[in-house]
Parts: sequence; C-alpha cells; structure tokens
Amino acid sequence: MEQIRAIWRYGIKVGIIGGIVLILTALIGMIEVFTQRQIIADVVSMGHALYLAAGLFICYLAAERTTPAKPLWIISNSMFAGLTTAFFLVLLIILGRHVNLRLMFINASDLLLNNLLTFGVQGNDGLRLLLIAGMGVGLFTGLFYLLPKFLRTVILWSLAGSAFAGVLQELIRPILANNFPDVISEWLLTSDGLTLKGALSIFIFIALIVISWSIKGGGIRQGWQGLPKKQQSTWRTIGTIILLAVILIAPWRLGLFMSEVMTIVGLYVLLGLGLNIVVGYAGLLDLGYVAFFAIGAYVTALITSPEIMNLNWSFWSAIPFAIFFGILAGVLLGVPVLKMRGDYLAIATMGFGEIIRLLVLSDALRPFLGGSQGIGQIAKPQVLGFVFKGPQEIYYLIVAGCMLVIFVSWRLKDSRIGRAWKAMREDEDVAQAMGINLVSNKLLAFGTGAGFAALSGVIFGSKIGSIYPHSFNIMVSINIVCLIIFGGIGSIPGVIVGAAALIGLPELLREFAEYRFLVYGIALVVMMLIRPEGLWPEEAHKRELHEDKTNEATG
Amino acid sequence: MALLEVKNINVYYGKIHALKDLSLNVDKGEIVTLIGANGAGKSTTLKTLSGILKPRSGSVQLEGDELTRYPAHQIVTRGMIHVPEGRRIFGRLTVQENLEMGAFTVKNEQLNRTNLTKVFDIFPRLKERRKQLGGTLSGGEQQMLAMGRAMMSNPKVLFLDEPSMGLAPVLVDSIFENVRQMHASGMTILLVEQNARIALQVASRGYVLQTGSIALADTAANLQTNEMVRKVYMGEA
Repeated sequence: MEQIRAIWRYGIKVGIIGGIVLILTALIGMIEVFTQRQIIADVVSMGHALYLAAGLFICYLAAERTTPAKPLWIISNSMFAGLTTAFFLVLLIILGRHVNLRLMFINASDLLLNNLLTFGVQGNDGLRLLLIAGMGVGLFTGLFYLLPKFLRTVILWSLAGSAFAGVLQELIRPILANNFPDVISEWLLTSDGLTLKGALSIFIFIALIVISWSIKGGGIRQGWQGLPKKQQSTWRTIGTIILLAVILIAPWRLGLFMSEVMTIVGLYVLLGLGLNIVVGYAGLLDLGYVAFFAIGAYVTALITSPEIMNLNWSFWSAIPFAIFFGILAGVLLGVPVLKMRGDYLAIATMGFGEIIRLLVLSDALRPFLGGSQGIGQIAKPQVLGFVFKGPQEIYYLIVAGCMLVIFVSWRLKDSRIGRAWKAMREDEDVAQAMGINLVSNKLLAFGTGAGFAALSGVIFGSKIGSIYPHSFNIMVSINIVCLIIFGGIGSIPGVIVGAAALIGLPELLREFAEYRFLVYGIALVVMMLIRPEGLWPEEAHKRELHEDKTNEATG
Repeated sequence: MALLEVKNINVYYGKIHALKDLSLNVDKGEIVTLIGANGAGKSTTLKTLSGILKPRSGSVQLEGDELTRYPAHQIVTRGMIHVPEGRRIFGRLTVQENLEMGAFTVKNEQLNRTNLTKVFDIFPRLKERRKQLGGTLSGGEQQMLAMGRAMMSNPKVLFLDEPSMGLAPVLVDSIFENVRQMHASGMTILLVEQNARIALQVASRGYVLQTGSIALADTAANLQTNEMVRKVYMGEA
C-alpha cells in the first residue's frame, strides 16, 4: 500500500499544480476569450484546444515521471493526474454556484463556469462529464505514452501542425485565396475555422511528411554533405535567390493585412538588430533603447511635417539627420554610463528612455515637440512620383532597411571591432588588459545601436503619419530585449525569428492582445528551461550552454 | 639603462597610502620577482605598472618612454602585458580564440604566427585543446592559457601575478617550469608571488615588499640565504 501511494503521489502532485494553473487560466478569462476563435469550425475552439492541451501536458508529465515504468502504473498515474486536475475545476464550478466569484474575478462568468468548462453540458451532468473527461484525457495520454517513440513523434507533429494551421487561419487564408484554386480553400477552411475534413487532411499530410523525412531525411542530409563544395554553394545561391524572390513578391500575394503584420515585424527586426549590437555583441544591457527609436521618429516629424517647424523637407532628407541625432544621443548616453555594468547599466539606461518620453510629453516643450498631441502630417517617402503609401509599399522600404542593417551587423561581427566587443562582453577588465579601448568601443556600440534604432524610427514615423509620446513607452524596449533573448542573444537570424514569433504571432492572434505579456512571460520561462540559448542561437552561446556535450565530442 | 624603470611611485586608494615611494627596475632578459605578504602591495604595483591604477606621483618608464600618461589599453601596445591574478581567461571562448584575443594589438599576421608557434612549443597542452572552451580547462591549463595569451601580445615585459594561486603543488612546479621556458625563449618577466621559495628559485633578482615600500633588494641567491627572508617568507625557524 505504501508503495502504491508513493507511485501515485507524483501523478496527484502534478494534477494539483495543473488544476491550479487551469483555474487561473479560466479566471483571467483566457479560455473564454479564446473560445471565440474556432480551430475546427463548430468542433474545437482555441479555448478548448488550450484547455485540452494543458490537460494532455499535465498527464504526460505524470506518465513520464512514473517509476517503476510499468504500463499499468503509467496509465493509472496519468489518469490520477487528469482526475485531480478535473477535480479542481469541479471545485471551482461548485464554488461559483454558491459564491459570487465575479466580485473579485470579473471573468468568472456563468457562461465560463457552467458551459465552457464542462463542454457545453449544464448542471451536475456537466460536473460528472468533466471528471470523466479528466480521466479520459489521462487514459489517452497514458496509452499515448506507451506508444513507440516514432509514432509519438509523428502524432505530436501532426497534432501541433493542425492546431497551428487552425490558429493561423488568418495567415493561410490569403495565401490560399491569392495563389491557389478555390477548391483547396473550400476544402480546408470555412468562414471561421478549419473544416473537419480539412483538419484531417492536414493531419495526414504532416504525418506523411514526418514519416518520409524520418525514412529519407538522413539520406538527404548525407547526400548534401557528400556534394562537392562548389555545388553546395551553387545550390545555396539558388536558395537565396528564391528566398529573395519570395520576400519581394510576398506583400502582393499575401494581401493588405499580412503586409501590415510584416511591416510591424520588420520594424522590430530593425530595432532588434540594433539592440543586438549593444546587448548581444558588446554585452551592455540597455533598457532605454526606445529613446533612440523616438529620436529617429521625432526628428523625421520635425523635419518633414508642416506642423511646428514647417520645414516640409522630404522623407529622404530626414534620414541622415535622424541617424545623426540618434548616434549623437547614443554616444551622449554612453558617456555617463561608461563605468556602469550589468544591473546598474540596465537601470540607468531605463531612466534615459523614460526621460526622453517625458520630455516629448511635457507641456513646457509643447511648442517644439508637440506634447501629448504629437506631431502629424509626416511626409511619406516618394521616388519619382511613386509614393510609398500603404503597408505593401512601405514593406519594401523596411526590407531594404533590414538588408542594410543585416549586412552591417554581419560585417561587424567578425571585424576587429566585433572581436573587441566580444572580449568586452566576456570580461571588461581583461579586455582592457589585452589592449582594448573600452571607452571608444563602448561608445561605438551604443552609437551603432542607436543609429539603427533611429533609422527604424524614421520609417515608423513616416509609416503611421503622426506620432505621439505614448508610442515610445518602456514596453517597446522590453519587447525588443525579449525578442532578442527569445531568438538567441547575439545571433542575426535569431533576431528575425524572435521578432516573427514574439511580434508577428500576437498580431495574427488578436485574442492574445490582452494576454500578450502573460504569454511572453510563459514563453520566456519555458524557453529558459528547455532551450536557454534561444531559437536560433549564436555559436559561442550554444557551446557554453551545452558544454558537457561538446566536451564529450572533442575530448 | 634598465628596460623598465620605476621611480618613486606613490599610489593611493582614497586616503590609504598603498605604495610609498616605490622604485624598482627590470633589465632586458631578466626574471625579477616581487615577494611580500598579503596586502603588502604586490598586486597594486602590477596594476599601477599596467596603467589600471594611476600613481599620484613618480614615473614608470619603458625604454625611456614615460608610461603613466597613457591609458591602460595603450600600455599594452607599448609592450607591457599583465597576466592577472586568478587567471581570468575568457571562459566562453575556445583556447584558440583566447590566444587570438591576446594578439588584439598585434596587426602583423606573420608575427602572430611566430608567436603562436612559440606558445604552442612551450605549452603543447594548449595545442591539443585548441578547440576546447577556456572555461572547461583545469586550473593549471587555465594558467597556461593566461600566460600564453599574454605572450601573444608580443610584450617587452610580461607581468605575472601569482601564477601559483590555487594550484596543487605538483602543478605549481610545472607552471614554474613553463615560466623558465618562457624566459628561455627571450621573455622579460616581472613575477609577483607569495610563494617566495619557488619564486626565488626561478628569478635572478628579487624585491621584498613590506606595507607598500621596498624593504630589501638583492640577487635571488642572496635573498634565499637572507635570515629575515627565510624566517618571514619561507616559514623557516
């Protein structure tokens, strides 16, 4: 008996944690909001998918940790986890019947408690169904865990793929509508979700890909490595050209909404690459980075707008001025914080970011900077009569900006300056002892990063046409730091991937808007636990975090 | 004239007078050691020479060039390199990259290659572990790396701060063997050590530092037989 309890203890423990997490998720309104989006039309909503996925994950944890790992124990443990989780939700529902939870938790609506959580069945039948569902999820997970690893991988990928397709309908819909015959679109999608047959076909399609990759994948990789260097580089060039072509025609094939999302992501890529130089290359944690973005945007506004200074210069003439003032501000900020390190530097720079925002907001400077009213009528870029009006045109400007900045970052990385930054990042004192000039290299890092941010600010200002101080609050800085960490500190492709994941996805999923920072927080914590080097890490960083493995390989 | 000539330097930490009228000199091709107890000012001396601390008065001259007017990073270019206490290698960079960082101020690729061969001759272990991360080396190997990295800057004088610190006795002997080899390859070394016995074995001359000023200056052989040195720094009755 003792032994049995010891075995089930873990399942129950995980179930308790899972129950609490699900209660919180429900009470902050996430499930209810997400229910509004259908993944498979009229079958599974995103809320329910989230709810089930959490249950599956909890049971999986329980199954994984079962010792001894015998089938019966695994299944029972996983069922216990499911049951415990469901039990907590039942408690919540019963509590909700007797106490008015909405006094404290405004999201604890009747709809949530007596309908959504119980899969639409009301009354005590719903509670029973919930408990049975909990056990059912546990049973399913336990059985799933007992499958051979290969099958598990296939099923997980296919499930994740179909869920992803459902969640990202907004992305898929215009691609299908603009590029493929209507038949496919009708087969896969209804007006508000995937069709059941569509979801099934996606599931099977991905399963086939995963299976064939696992059979042929190794061979393909070997074949690639077997190719002579010259052929490899030819193929790479072809790949790059195709990628470029896709990037160039993308806005016209994807439509207005996606173009808008891509321009936002692009702006953050620009900002991220700039901050990546400061944080990733030189190791200086700058939390006031938005200040330089603001300076770029405000300089553009002052120079091109008929309001305030009434200069009415063109967009292009604003670029050098904005970048100049951005770099100047970067260097000026750099001087007082030269001796600061780590946390102190972060706080000092954060203060600087707020100072700039409060200056443009202040009434005293209103005649010069517009105050809370902001500055409007910022010029759009023009070339020989062609005006970059909408997101589809501005997109090209941003792509050009990104390419320039990627090129500069890439060249800097392995340059002499890049090496000096790397030494500084690792150990300032020793870097100095190696003959590296800390003052000039730090100022150079701040200046370069600030210049990139100012460039981004120019495009941003011109894109939205009128700017207000509240666009430049501290959350912008935090977002950029997050996306750099998420993508992989110091890595150029990492910034792009990070921006797409942390900025692009929430734009596509408007339901997330309210929970954006909650999701960021969870994503970052999970990331730090399972892949601390980021999605697409820089080489040195990956090595450090997987030291043991590399050593086995080399020594 | 001596290669490195230090005259009457006075260094303060706030109000504390850390080095009092300290003078010493190092000739080309010598190993000179500076021995002394904890807090006598050994590391302070090296930090002052390498420009991290600025003396309030006095002069530091390398081949007649006054160094106190240069910032720390330029002193490296002029030919003095500091192997800091506690090794301080770049843990996240490979051995090779560490050595390359050492050569940051040397723009002559030919010279870099000669220096690298020299380093690998003295420390064959570093060659074996070229691709390994600095942080994964053992203490002794890290010390080797720190010394090799310093040699890569092609210095005229190399400052060694407590190379024996935190190493097992067996390793201490082998590190000092390396110091001898570095010397044999033509390096001029100013060695700071608490372990007076072994320091005096490799050095040709020595200075005894007590509370910020030189108490004794003599040849290593004479210091080894000096009553006071034997008693205070070698722990003999």
